[in-house]
Amino acid sequence: MNSMQKTMVEIGNIHDLPLQTGRVVKVNGREIAVFRISSGDVRAVENRCPHKNGPLAEGIVAGEYVFCPLHDRKINLNDGNVQAPDSGCVTTYRVDVTDEKVYISI
Amino acid sequence: MNKRKLVLVGNGMAGVRCIEEILKHNADLFEITIIGSEPHPNYNRILLSSVLAGDADIRDIVLNDYEWYKKHQIDLHTGQTVTRIDVETKRVFTDQGLVVPYDDLILATGSLPVILPLPGADKQGVISFRDIKDCEAMIEASKQYKKAIVIGGGLLGLEAARGLLNLSMEVSVVHIFENLMERQLDPVASQLLQQELEKQGIRFLMGKQSEAVLGEERVTGLRFKDGSMESADLIVMAVGIKPNVELARQSGIEVNRGVMVNDWMETSLPDVYAVGECAEHRTGVYGLVAPLYEQGMVLAKRLCRIDTPPYEGSVVYTKLKVSGVDVFSAGEFMDGAETRAIRVHDEFSGVYKKIMVRDNKIIGAVLFGDTSDSNRILQMMRSGSSIQDLKRVSILENRSAEANSGNDLVAALSDDEIICGCNGVSKGTIVQAIREKGLCSVEEVKQCTSASRSCGGCKPLVANLLESVLGDSVVVSRKEPICGCTTLSREELVAEIKEKQLTTVKEVMFVLGWKETEGCSKCRPAVNYYLNMIWPEEHEDERESRFVNERMHANIQKDGTYSVVPRMYGGVTSPAELKRIAAVAEKYNVPMVKVTGGQRLDLLGVKKEDLPKIWAELDMPSGFAYGKAIRTVKTCVGSDFCRFGTQNSIRMGIDIEKKFERLNTPAKVKMAVSGCPRNCAESSIKDIGVVGIDGGWEIYVGGNGGVHLRGAELLCKVKTEQEVLEWTGAFLQYYRENANYGERTSQWMERVGLTAVQAVLQDSEMRRQLNERVDKALSVLRDPWQQIMEDKQASRMYEELPVLT
Repeated sequence: MNSMQKTMVEIGNIHDLPLQTGRVVKVNGREIAVFRISSGDVRAVENRCPHKNGPLAEGIVAGEYVFCPLHDRKINLNDGNVQAPDSGCVTTYRVDVTDEKVYISI
Repeated sequence: MNKRKLVLVGNGMAGVRCIEEILKHNADLFEITIIGSEPHPNYNRILLSSVLAGDADIRDIVLNDYEWYKKHQIDLHTGQTVTRIDVETKRVFTDQGLVVPYDDLILATGSLPVILPLPGADKQGVISFRDIKDCEAMIEASKQYKKAIVIGGGLLGLEAARGLLNLSMEVSVVHIFENLMERQLDPVASQLLQQELEKQGIRFLMGKQSEAVLGEERVTGLRFKDGSMESADLIVMAVGIKPNVELARQSGIEVNRGVMVNDWMETSLPDVYAVGECAEHRTGVYGLVAPLYEQGMVLAKRLCRIDTPPYEGSVVYTKLKVSGVDVFSAGEFMDGAETRAIRVHDEFSGVYKKIMVRDNKIIGAVLFGDTSDSNRILQMMRSGSSIQDLKRVSILENRSAEANSGNDLVAALSDDEIICGCNGVSKGTIVQAIREKGLCSVEEVKQCTSASRSCGGCKPLVANLLESVLGDSVVVSRKEPICGCTTLSREELVAEIKEKQLTTVKEVMFVLGWKETEGCSKCRPAVNYYLNMIWPEEHEDERESRFVNERMHANIQKDGTYSVVPRMYGGVTSPAELKRIAAVAEKYNVPMVKVTGGQRLDLLGVKKEDLPKIWAELDMPSGFAYGKAIRTVKTCVGSDFCRFGTQNSIRMGIDIEKKFERLNTPAKVKMAVSGCPRNCAESSIKDIGVVGIDGGWEIYVGGNGGVHLRGAELLCKVKTEQEVLEWTGAFLQYYRENANYGERTSQWMERVGLTAVQAVLQDSEMRRQLNERVDKALSVLRDPWQQIMEDKQASRMYEELPVLT
């Protein structure tokens, strides 16, 4: 929770992120799925479904949710929670966009 | 603050299920420790036979993975056996020196396989069939050895035998009695079962009592009391299980066959409970999962101090899990002086059903060959309803024959009856969800409660429940909405899109009042498909509404890699093409190259970022092996080379594939062309199968060789290749326009019927119009691999984002 210990990493321009589509970025050995949702906001979560490690970046994005491409688990991109009737959680990362540049705090 | 210390001995299905229930009621009440002898998390023991049969992987049958224990802060110790309970100081001791204090102790030690005390039973190659270790031993043995004997013709023995058969071993089953599964089946059903399994390749030695295991270090055979012998490299003893009560006995807990418990699952010692196969309740010891779950639920409520009716025993039933054999048995099944039976025996279709009745109540049943009535009969048994007013044989008839009785039956069930055995969902839970959340389809119930999510066997019951709760109102909503985001059915949706001239997914969802503004993973691809189908020229395909495979134009694998299948028209290739494929596979270290069922080559395990490069170097069109689209046209050799061939099947197949490639369809479409009625290309189980006959062709449609084996039906006979293309085009377009997204031709044909399809397609004007529309759809399609390679922006989607700082 201590933001002082986190570093901000630049991962490119917001226009590299097409709407409703995930992209993958590797930071410090961690694989992160980055999404630009329809509102224009950017969300970042661990690229690994808690069910069977599905790559979330390849899932269908609807509103603030992504559906895992392997077994269709529905995951909230804001808090990382897997939606009922399934359970589980993925790590979420803070995203900042300044001058069209996208930064992830890790 | 002070939580009670709860210790569970035994990390199996019954005990862990009880813990799950406790966590559901109150996650803060206990500090939980679980100790289990097996070095695994809790797995589904019932499915071990599927692992052995090769239908599932050990990982697939894990019920609670290590994460689950962690998440609930459960202290888990696997690979340790509790050896002693000190009831004075309330502590348990394990064989590895662990000492754990408890306030409440649950014994769920399960049962042990019975090992016959035969001389030589300790030789190598003599095992039981009880846990993952046994399963692995059998799989290992099958790689080296050829001949197996299973001792025991009961449920477990037969499942083991079938599994060993799948592992390519020769299998003989030895049974001491004259009838298989004599504790569940009457002699007639036993005979039918034995005949069926003999057909599958299992040998039976009936009425044989084993005397000694032969061999030096490793088993070489088995000798029987009658002096005869049978050779074997592996002997599996599956003669039964006995409750594992040693720990309880030594600790001074009252034990009979099992650990004695009362209706609250309490043992003779305070604060010590027992559930599962190790427990004996009112003289009943259960080896089936449903009763164990029922026990666990009562105990969980008891421990959480929630009022609960007592456990009063269970109605048990058995289903044999052997492919191709449907067997069901429940309650009493042998004819007796006070019982009467309703019997149906159809020797033509191999179906035998017997229902036992006493005092006008159903007290048992045996079903062979068709077990579709099993749920209904079981519910009638459980509810103890009188059958006095029912027509006798009608009890054995399909639900549709007696309209509402299914609803009456579910209505009569008590709220705690389990409807979905896989996920333990009770009638009460489902009814509550239907009422409170306004659910009106089986799909919604599944989403909300998990009922019918695993095997799907209880779907008819869930449907009955919906009808009985919602009454007539459900009849109105009987049309299935395409998903939970809308109330519109496919027909309504298509009509609205046409009428209101809607042209994008977003517009559809906005104008037609979707509950979720951007839909879900189910409706987005469906709507995108319907838009493409209705407006082939106007609608721009929406990549973000495509499932990953159709977005990436490759098939995602379980580890996140992809598979690449280039198009080989009609399954014909050339040395030059093969060299290119080989070079690509080597250059990109493709882990596996495989020939597919549709006569293509599949490069498996390709990394996402390599996809565009591989396509460029292959220089072949996409085979669409990933899409709801025209897949492959499989062909036989045909008249060019084959001495039996009457038609040029290869030419025909290539022509069909070239004409219809890239076409999106509601679900995948597999085709085949055979050059003569010997049908080497298996046209009869394809969505469209063409068979060459003397002077013409037969066109078959609606076949399926996958989930629902279905023979294709003859659509028509034609004379020329041109007519084959014309009928194929018309059929494809009619299917595209009328099937639900995701519905295979086989399911669709089942729904609408062959005659309805024929009626439309026999009209030559209709065929002309359908072909006109399919040609229009085809005219705008381009090879997706080529398109991506040419588009820098699109190729970049396959790369990772760079880290810039």
